[in-house]
Amino acid sequence: MTLRARLSHSFASFDLDVELEVPPGVTAVFGPSGSGKTTIINMIAGLVQPDQGRVHLGDDILLDICANTCVPPHKRRMGYVFQDGRLFPHLSVARNIRFGARFAGLGALAQEADVIDLLGIGPLMDRLPGKLSGGERQRVALARALLSSPRMLLMDEPLAALDGPRKDEVLPYLEALRNETDLPILYVSHAIDEVARLAGHLILLHQGRIQMQGPTAKLLSEPGALPYVGLREAGSILTAQVVEHDPDGLTQLDVSGAKLVLPGVSVEEGETLVIRVLAQDVLISLEYPKGLSSRNIMAVTITDIHKGDGPGVVTTLQLGEQSLLARITARAAEELNLRPGLTCFAIIKATTVPRSSIGRAKAVTS
Amino acid sequence: MILRAEEWDALALSLKVSFWAVVISLPLAIVVAWLLARREFPGKALLSALVHVPLVLPPVVTGYLLLLTFGRNGAVGRWMEDTLGLVLAFRWTGAVLAAAIMGFPLIVRAIRLAIEAVDPRLEDAASTLGAPPVARFFLVTFPLIIPGILAGAVLGFAKAIGEFGATITFVANIPGETQTLPSAVYSFLQVPGAEGSAMRLVVLSLCVAIGAVLVSEWLSRRVAERIGRS
Repeated sequence: MTLRARLSHSFASFDLDVELEVPPGVTAVFGPSGSGKTTIINMIAGLVQPDQGRVHLGDDILLDICANTCVPPHKRRMGYVFQDGRLFPHLSVARNIRFGARFAGLGALAQEADVIDLLGIGPLMDRLPGKLSGGERQRVALARALLSSPRMLLMDEPLAALDGPRKDEVLPYLEALRNETDLPILYVSHAIDEVARLAGHLILLHQGRIQMQGPTAKLLSEPGALPYVGLREAGSILTAQVVEHDPDGLTQLDVSGAKLVLPGVSVEEGETLVIRVLAQDVLISLEYPKGLSSRNIMAVTITDIHKGDGPGVVTTLQLGEQSLLARITARAAEELNLRPGLTCFAIIKATTVPRSSIGRAKAVTS
Repeated sequence: MILRAEEWDALALSLKVSFWAVVISLPLAIVVAWLLARREFPGKALLSALVHVPLVLPPVVTGYLLLLTFGRNGAVGRWMEDTLGLVLAFRWTGAVLAAAIMGFPLIVRAIRLAIEAVDPRLEDAASTLGAPPVARFFLVTFPLIIPGILAGAVLGFAKAIGEFGATITFVANIPGETQTLPSAVYSFLQVPGAEGSAMRLVVLSLCVAIGAVLVSEWLSRRVAERIGRS
């Protein structure tokens, strides 16, 4: 089932006008606060009505302003996970997650045991929402949405209200969910690391318009996307296989034949990871550096040098079939005479890759 | 404190009148409070004014208007007597109506505040989970405002116990039929040597009033706690 939506709406500060498609899997809408992300999701859920537009889910028409059709939210069967959880404060966790089943029919609770297991909320069932931590609350909210037998999931910055460690606690559950379900998932966020870990498809939204869209790894390696992602957040996504855990806490990974050593990887050997490497954490050397503390030195080929407005440039480096971005100064690029086609070495400092930027891939290949 | 028969009658009647006044006004008060808290419609200001007017109108005026409307010669009063066989003027049932109308603004206000304290986004969440509007109210909003409803009921009850002006104008002061606590206090004060009876009823009224306000405060705190821990 695929969601297709075309929405336009006038606001005081900007006009929203988007056309989007959400196939099974995670599609992320990324944009700064106030770019219209939550509005889009609310319009799809039916909580906000656009001036103009239509929303189709598979063959079902949920909204068509022209034809005067508007299915109310309670008949749309969209599982919605809100930024603030919005658990019912007077109901226990167990009664919260069963809330939707009352309306969805008997079959809705068939997967209850699986969902409870998937999200690890078994021990919380008798608690009231007020007694849960932020991370637990979001997991319960996720379970509640899943058990209303939704036809798709809408997630509005489900991790935004959580601090770093809580975020790291919930992210693996979201990854597990993504790997288990065939539902289309629309994931709205302004945190690029979440998007990079979870979403297969990425939509960049700015001022109510879609600026670019495409496969996440490809789009994030695209220098043209930098203005929307933000220079500081610019980075590429690498797919890597876990080769071996070393006794000193480091893990050897294989990235398209090149060796990468990172700390803090807790995934089994043989599994596939996605790793986001920030462009500002990558150095370029013309010769193989000697006597350098970094163990991550990879032979790469320059494919593109993108000059922006500032003093920096973003170079795209080919590593096997993958791309790596490096942000360096324009002066350095000139002095080293960097140009497309040149072979050089990329250096990544192992400790600059935060744990939150290392996630499990959807397709598990060993 | 030993009460005499007529004092007992006044207390028992007051409790009966107040109980029924609260029972009949609660459902309507919930609907009105919900409309005022959650809906925009033409005439909302008028509805609000109408609900609150007994608070500022001299009770004797309210009582007189009730007599004009619900008296045996009033339009509604005659219709009620002919079709329902129900007479309000100078009966305890009329005292119930007077007490209900005087307490209504207090009950509506308490419930409206409770509804406004419930995050309407919880109802949005319920709707995305498949709950139609009526179910959203009864499964989410209603359970969360129960303390507010109870607080409103307690206040309305206390107001009904103390109601005097509208009651005495509409249904007079007939011992055993319409002589409530305040009417009885008033009567005893008119009779030389009955100050003892009046005093006992005064103390009784004080206890009921203070008790009601305390219970109401406690219930309001409960609603705040309940909504605060979402």
